[in-house]
Amino acid sequence: MAFLEIKNLQKRYGKVDVLKGIDLDLDKGGFLVLVGPSGCGKSTLLNAIAGLETISGGDILIDGNVVNDLRPSMRDIAMVFQSYALYPNMTVAQNMAFGMEMRGVPKPEREAAVQRVAKLLQMGHLLERRPSQLSGGQRQRVAMGRALVRDPKLFLFDEPLSNLDAKLRVDMRTEIKKLHAATGTTIVYVTHDQIEAMTLATKIAVLRDGLLQQVGTPHEVYNRPANLFVAEFMGSPSMNLLTAKVAAGKGGMMLELAREHDAPILLRVPSSVVQTKLAAGQEVIVGIRPEAITDPDGADRNSTLVETVEAKVEVVEPAGSDTYVVTHAAGREVIARMRGDADVRPGQRIPFAFDLGRAVLFDPKTQVRLA
Amino acid sequence: MSGRVDSGMAGGSVVTKIVIYGLLLFFALLFLTPLFVMLVTSFKSLDEIRDGNMLALPQNFTIEPWLKAWGTACIGLTCGGIKGYFGNSIEMVVPAVTISTLLGALNGYVLTKWRFPGHKMVFALMLFACFIPFQAVLIPVARVLGLVGLSGTVGGLIVVHVIYGLGFTTLFFRNYYEAFPSELVRAAMIDGAGFWQIFWRILLPASGPIIIVTVIFQFTNIWNDFLFGSSFTASESVPMTVALNNLVNTSTGVKEYNVDMAAAIIAALPTLFVYVVAGRYFVRGLMAGAVKG
Repeated sequence: MAFLEIKNLQKRYGKVDVLKGIDLDLDKGGFLVLVGPSGCGKSTLLNAIAGLETISGGDILIDGNVVNDLRPSMRDIAMVFQSYALYPNMTVAQNMAFGMEMRGVPKPEREAAVQRVAKLLQMGHLLERRPSQLSGGQRQRVAMGRALVRDPKLFLFDEPLSNLDAKLRVDMRTEIKKLHAATGTTIVYVTHDQIEAMTLATKIAVLRDGLLQQVGTPHEVYNRPANLFVAEFMGSPSMNLLTAKVAAGKGGMMLELAREHDAPILLRVPSSVVQTKLAAGQEVIVGIRPEAITDPDGADRNSTLVETVEAKVEVVEPAGSDTYVVTHAAGREVIARMRGDADVRPGQRIPFAFDLGRAVLFDPKTQVRLA
Repeated sequence: MSGRVDSGMAGGSVVTKIVIYGLLLFFALLFLTPLFVMLVTSFKSLDEIRDGNMLALPQNFTIEPWLKAWGTACIGLTCGGIKGYFGNSIEMVVPAVTISTLLGALNGYVLTKWRFPGHKMVFALMLFACFIPFQAVLIPVARVLGLVGLSGTVGGLIVVHVIYGLGFTTLFFRNYYEAFPSELVRAAMIDGAGFWQIFWRILLPASGPIIIVTVIFQFTNIWNDFLFGSSFTASESVPMTVALNNLVNTSTGVKEYNVDMAAAIIAALPTLFVYVVAGRYFVRGLMAGAVKG
């Protein structure tokens, strides 16, 4: 049985449905990331797990016990808040010990636990300071320490890195990942940053408008998005989504992408789709990530489905490690990722290698991925 | 050319500064004059007051009027000075300020962090209390105090001031706690703190500035109150303000201006003291660093 189980969870504010029946589970030691645009209900879901929000329907089970009506303090959880929520009138050590103090843990035991966690997070020198005397990164560390010190069953993180600057955010991300690996804790983590989701999670749940869009490993969510929303939300730059027409060709069905002032692009059907399910004349949306459109030399040699197409370069965006090349097809911009040293100039006609082994198709009406 | 324009403007700004500071100094002196007259008069003998200039410094410095005002001046039928009434006021103002401030803090806490259906309505009604004119409630209050056996006592006066102060103290604390990060309360809930523990351990320690503001406001209002003091007390339990009035407005004997002035200054000292002492702690930014940074 899973360690954290959420069954048909619903939350309504008056007439507004915020969570419309969420089913999720997480094994012990797992790292679940709830990701989605703002207003999708991810924070509400986290607060419901924490017990800070009442629920309108469904069940929440932690370690096999239904906790629906338990107060937050009775659920054996710890939470790291976006604003860190450190008590301003207490020192770091008092902040960390407060939860144990409220639970009546004797003082020597509290001090030992604080020392242990301070050592783990390398913040022994901060213990006597007040939150106002700490930098943003140090506060973040203290907030994590306060959560760790009680050794709860479940950790909840509410966008903990969004108040840090870019560099610190990457450092703390690694730190959290290390911490998770070292302590084997079970974590539910909310973020709107899909890169954080990809790097940290063992399991990602993508939410939109109070509904789960997809639950899976980072690999699944990234490479086989369940629908157009997930495809667009995960990945940066996001997946190219191009409307194509299915046409019958010599070697089976082909995908035809119309182009202005140019011959249409003809592509073979991606390996992720069963060909016989497609009918000639049917419209589909081809989803192909920028890294699956490369210069021919950079294409995956193991892939059997690489198609090379000539197209005019519109914009070149060097990003150091890679060069993003923009061209046009099916009425939309198409972004390709080429080598960092690729010699490409706007206006040139160059070959683009489409790796259809890594492409997916969507139904334009239902927006669901075709299998 | 530009140099001339510059120097002209610089000259103009000097004139402006002289005018501004001159006016400020003039009005400052003007407003300080009554206090100055009170002070010098309280240290003069009666003869000197009758013969001399009101603004002149005392020729024969004496603290006799102060001692008399404090210990032996006749108020009504008793001649024990104002010290007893000063005590009455302290006895009234300390519990009234403490209770109304604490209750206001508690109200603010509940109205912002433990919201219940209709909390806006409750707050609106409490605010309404700030706008009820004192005169309108005099008779009902007197009747209720009589019914519960508190009429004519300092205790009754405390109750009236606490109730009347609640509207203001609630308003102060509610607005302060409205800006207090709710995540701190949530963090404390998860840490296992209950309703009272969150209040005592998290909110109150972070309420320094607003407690000072409320205490200054309540202390000044209650100490200076005359209407309730004269309406709801008997002769021995009247507060300082009423006693001062009885002392000054006496119609028998010689008018002792020096004693009146000394008594008036004594009556004003506590509020002055609260401003001087508490004003130092009137520092913003106690919350700096609690959240974000």
